[in-house]
Amino acid sequence: MRSIRTAAAVALIATLTACGGATSGAGEDKPSAGAKGTVNLAINPWVGYEANAAVIAHLLEKKMGYTVEKKELKEEIAWQGFETGEVDTIVENWGHPDLKKTYIEDKKVAVDVGPTGNQGVIGWYVPQWMADKYPDITDWKNLNKYADLFKTSESKGKGQFLAGDPSFVTNDEALVSNLKLNYTVVYSGSEAAIIKAAQQASAQKKPLLFYFYEPQWLFAKEKYVRVKLPEYKEGCDADLKKVACDYPDYVLDKIASKKFADGNSTAYQLVKNFTWTNDDQNLVSDYITNQGMSDEKAAEKWVNEHEATWKPWIPAGS
Amino acid sequence: MTATVPPPPVLQPGGRVLGTALDPPAPSRRGRVRSRTVAAVLLVLTVAAYLLFRTDGAADSSDAASFRFFDSVRDWVDANRDTSPFFLYGFNYVRLGVRLLVDTVHGALTGLGFAGLVAAVTAIGAVLAGWRTGLLALGGFLAFGVLGLWEESVDTLVLTLSAVLLSVLIGVPLGILAARVRWVGATLRPVLDVMQIMPTFAYLAPMTLLFLIGEPAAVIATMIYAVPATIRITALGISEVPPTAVEAATALGSTRWQLLGKVRLPMARTTIALAVNQTIMLALSMVVITALIDAPGLGQNIVNALQRVNVGAAFDAGVAIVILAVVLDRITTGAARRTRLHRPARQRRTRWIVAGAALAGVVLIALVPVRETDLPAYSFAAPVNDLVGWIELHWYDVTEGLKNGISAGVLDPLETVLVTTPWWLFVAAVAAFGTLISGWRAALIAALAAAGPAALGLWQHSMQTLATVLVAIVITMAIGVAIGVFCARHDRLATGIRPLLDAAQTMPSFVYLLPAVALFGASRFTAIVAAVIFAVPPVVRLVERGLRDVPPTVVEAALSAGSTPRQLLWKVQLPMARGGLLLAANQGIVMVLAMVVVGGLVGAGALGYDVVAGFSQRELFGQGLAAGLAIVLLGILLDRLTQGFHHSKRPRG
Amino acid sequence: MTPMIEIAALWKVFGPRADRVVGTPLADLPRAELRARTGCLAAVRDVSFDVRPGEVFVVMGLSGSGKSTLVRCLTRLIEPTSGDISIGGESVRAMNPKRLRELRRRQVAMVFQHFGLLPHRSVLDNVAYGLEIQGRSRAERHRRAAETLALVGLQEHEHQYPDQLSGGMQQRVGLARALATDPEVLLFDEPFSALDPLIRRDMQDEVRRLHAEVGKTLVFITHDLAEALTLGDRIAVLRDGELVQVGTPEDLVGAPADSYVADFVRDVPRSDVLTLRWIMRDPAPGELCEDEPLSHRTVIRDAVHRVLRAERPIAVVDGTERLGVIDADQLLPALISHHRQVPV
Repeated sequence: MRSIRTAAAVALIATLTACGGATSGAGEDKPSAGAKGTVNLAINPWVGYEANAAVIAHLLEKKMGYTVEKKELKEEIAWQGFETGEVDTIVENWGHPDLKKTYIEDKKVAVDVGPTGNQGVIGWYVPQWMADKYPDITDWKNLNKYADLFKTSESKGKGQFLAGDPSFVTNDEALVSNLKLNYTVVYSGSEAAIIKAAQQASAQKKPLLFYFYEPQWLFAKEKYVRVKLPEYKEGCDADLKKVACDYPDYVLDKIASKKFADGNSTAYQLVKNFTWTNDDQNLVSDYITNQGMSDEKAAEKWVNEHEATWKPWIPAGS
Repeated sequence: MTATVPPPPVLQPGGRVLGTALDPPAPSRRGRVRSRTVAAVLLVLTVAAYLLFRTDGAADSSDAASFRFFDSVRDWVDANRDTSPFFLYGFNYVRLGVRLLVDTVHGALTGLGFAGLVAAVTAIGAVLAGWRTGLLALGGFLAFGVLGLWEESVDTLVLTLSAVLLSVLIGVPLGILAARVRWVGATLRPVLDVMQIMPTFAYLAPMTLLFLIGEPAAVIATMIYAVPATIRITALGISEVPPTAVEAATALGSTRWQLLGKVRLPMARTTIALAVNQTIMLALSMVVITALIDAPGLGQNIVNALQRVNVGAAFDAGVAIVILAVVLDRITTGAARRTRLHRPARQRRTRWIVAGAALAGVVLIALVPVRETDLPAYSFAAPVNDLVGWIELHWYDVTEGLKNGISAGVLDPLETVLVTTPWWLFVAAVAAFGTLISGWRAALIAALAAAGPAALGLWQHSMQTLATVLVAIVITMAIGVAIGVFCARHDRLATGIRPLLDAAQTMPSFVYLLPAVALFGASRFTAIVAAVIFAVPPVVRLVERGLRDVPPTVVEAALSAGSTPRQLLWKVQLPMARGGLLLAANQGIVMVLAMVVVGGLVGAGALGYDVVAGFSQRELFGQGLAAGLAIVLLGILLDRLTQGFHHSKRPRG
Repeated sequence: MTPMIEIAALWKVFGPRADRVVGTPLADLPRAELRARTGCLAAVRDVSFDVRPGEVFVVMGLSGSGKSTLVRCLTRLIEPTSGDISIGGESVRAMNPKRLRELRRRQVAMVFQHFGLLPHRSVLDNVAYGLEIQGRSRAERHRRAAETLALVGLQEHEHQYPDQLSGGMQQRVGLARALATDPEVLLFDEPFSALDPLIRRDMQDEVRRLHAEVGKTLVFITHDLAEALTLGDRIAVLRDGELVQVGTPEDLVGAPADSYVADFVRDVPRSDVLTLRWIMRDPAPGELCEDEPLSHRTVIRDAVHRVLRAERPIAVVDGTERLGVIDADQLLPALISHHRQVPV
């Protein structure tokens, strides 16, 4: 009896070994990187990213004949998609040195495809009226003095610092504790929720201290003032738990999966060539958010009006 | 006609199957007095201990041992995904297989084309459940096109069907085994309990760890969510087969397999059809949530709407989900009902002919070059957004006042008390009160579950979540019992409200966040509101049923003794419906917990936020996984305490 | 004539480690005490009897007397604890599962109190079930099932479903199902106790008629004495799992083995059951009798008319042998010894 069982086990293992096992990328050979196929475009949850993606998708579909599959994914998860083949490219990446190390250097499933041309800024902001009324509020050293102004139902008796989507690049909790600020970080859950709160704070003159970033269309409509945090120095954010300095400036870039890059299709070349200014992006974001246009309509409008900008992105022979 | 048809099993909305609840005998008077004294003493002791030992409620460390452990697990998996035999020959193959299944189902459905699929669903509805359902299916599927959500709806349908297929393949045999083999049943029971308490949210991260993101992980997560119902209801159906029929068939010399194939399965088929129905409903609500791990479909629209706080867009997707749910529900319950009808052979033959004709029709219609884009388009987005805007503008003071009032008046004090309670005191209190209300066995499990979060290093967050959950439960029960009592006493109201409850229960938890967040912004109160909306319908249902189950003879007796309606309610109906009420509380708690955790997406913070952050930020992965575990432990804690309450009042010893 | 069924020293003990009871002093304990001491319930205690071919053998007892357990032990639907059972000369307890299935499929069929019909099958398919699991062809089993249904008078109903039939008709289906496999032995477990009294009587007639027509060996379980007396060639009385008495109806009524049986049969109109043999007296020397004698098998009631009209005692004979005489003095006490009419 035992010998039969042993034999069966050996046979099973032999079969499996002969098959060589399945790697994580197996079974994902969709014709993505091939000729005129499908491009899997990750969509990260803020409207600026959407603007980049909308324009790229529009060009790929309408001008170059690709099919674009848009995937609503948070940043981390989009990076995981490089490994599984779910994602071909991310078109606005904010830093993420840890992810770059994992996926580009260690796993070698992704490559850096160069800057988008946008300059990224992350910081702490207050509405203009607060800066007018309390001029010294824009220095972090004075924030504790005004903590009472920012109290809300969620802030546990301290001042509220309103953060965004948990997936965003943030050091806020570490900053609050390391700078010994009498504040509680409250997550609104999304960009839209921060924008809503910021608009309300401006319109109804309500106190608000919040996480925000550029490029961002809202700055074209209303004024917000950045609070000065201790100056950023190279490496001061190396240990995320001990950060006590401001956010660095970011050169936003594009990432593609290794497979997509190696295919070197015209779609990949378009992504590689894509580069525009903060104003360009804010314009499209504004179309999407405030003019009630769908992503497609907004992209179409921008593309129709800015041929000079996008013409050079289109690779020769496509 | 119905003499030998087994009654439909009693289902909880979560798909949990209840046995027949025997009315526990009332405890003796002396016992009751004694346990009251003990409770009072315990209460005083707990308060005294709290006042003596309360802590300053220091925040949780962000670097607990458990987080590091889970992080190291993640790192190991990441490093070995393509080398370890567990993955090479295990998980990766599972992923490939599921991917193949999804692709096959997707190919089959999209291969029909728009017209073909609409025709096919209509025909299936008509053949299985009658022409009315066929028309409903036709209208419903056309509506997906009208709403501009055709592809998304089909994607959601594909994932749901794939998950249901897997659930049935795994769940039905397991259900049969659980009913027939005692140790299998005994082993499965606690496992299924935990699976059903587990909030959907908590196992998304482990899924991505094992199966990465995408459709396979989504289908497997959905399957895990739905399969307990398949197993439980199938087991119930098999064990409810009348022993006389089995004995008669045995006496005629049936083999075991003949008994299974010719007696047990056919006699349980109505119940098994119901199991499939429940599985579909559960799978549908879960599939939507898996949008967070890159599953395509309507869930993506909801996630998107959530990110843009666009209630109108979510409304469209929500409508599509409800339509899909209603169509699938009607078809499967119709099919289940048909299994009970007996029709003469001639009629059965006609049905085959009809089915054949329908098939031919579908093939013909599939050739018609109509596309979903040819339909007129309509969206609820604009009017709904206008309405939301109006409410935001005009009700701002009311909503803000409500939020601040409840947060400051109830939530904060409760949270402070819980957070400043030393963990050992909390565990001791759970153990003591648990023993009192649920017996030592349940109390032991509850106490262990209570100690878990402390061991995981998430004590503060767990207590904050618990505070939110408790407040939400109190509100849910207050509203649910009030409406339930009302429905039980006014038949017309009950009939009017039932379709609403049906629709509400088919909505995935997720959808409720949007109106709440539009009205109340990002806060814990938002999660409470969403949880209340989510949990009230089943509570209403259970309370109403509990009240209606009070034997009419007792009501008659009370009325003839001269009770006023109020006396009847308080002295007869509510006490006699105690079982139903406790069940409602138990079920409400499980659902509230699930929703409060999802509230982490909209500023409810604590454990829910940890989970969300865990799968959005690499360095927080370990904390997220630990938080998921803590949520499960909280669920077990609450469930054991209340379930014990339900079962324990039997004389001990 | 070899018996069809032989039961010898049969025990069935339910409960933990039930096999330790039989053959030890524990076995002699009364039921309640055994239960208190060991937690075991002796449902059948040391039962032995034979059933002859073609006989209607009734097992009678109150509920809880072990009669249903006893009948299930015959085909090991319940596994006996100890003792011997043989059917057609073959030991049932020695059978392997395959042989046991054969026994159930071809030799012994059973009719149940709650019918045990399969609600998802038509009447015809219910009756054909036994043949179906034997692997007979569809045409053959349907032909045979239709024949059997005709035998019980249900030929009009073969395409209906069990829940469309009345209780009595359902039990006819159960009967037809048992007959369809043409078994040698039919076991009835209180088949009519769930039916209305009138229908019950119809069904009893039906069983008598079928027994006359097909001539099977019948083992019939009932708690109804009247039913037992009507149907049984012989009756076994069971109390607390033990056999109290086995005998013909007359034996039971005329000579109850103990007070339990006597109590049971107290209300039976003796004149309806007992024959003249039980009340005749020896003739006085030189006593003159009526010309026409009465057979000793005549039931008392049937003799009333003649005896009361006669001027002289009437001789009771077995063939030509004179066994005794009877006159009104013997007859009248037998007629008034009960006060309630029991429906038969």
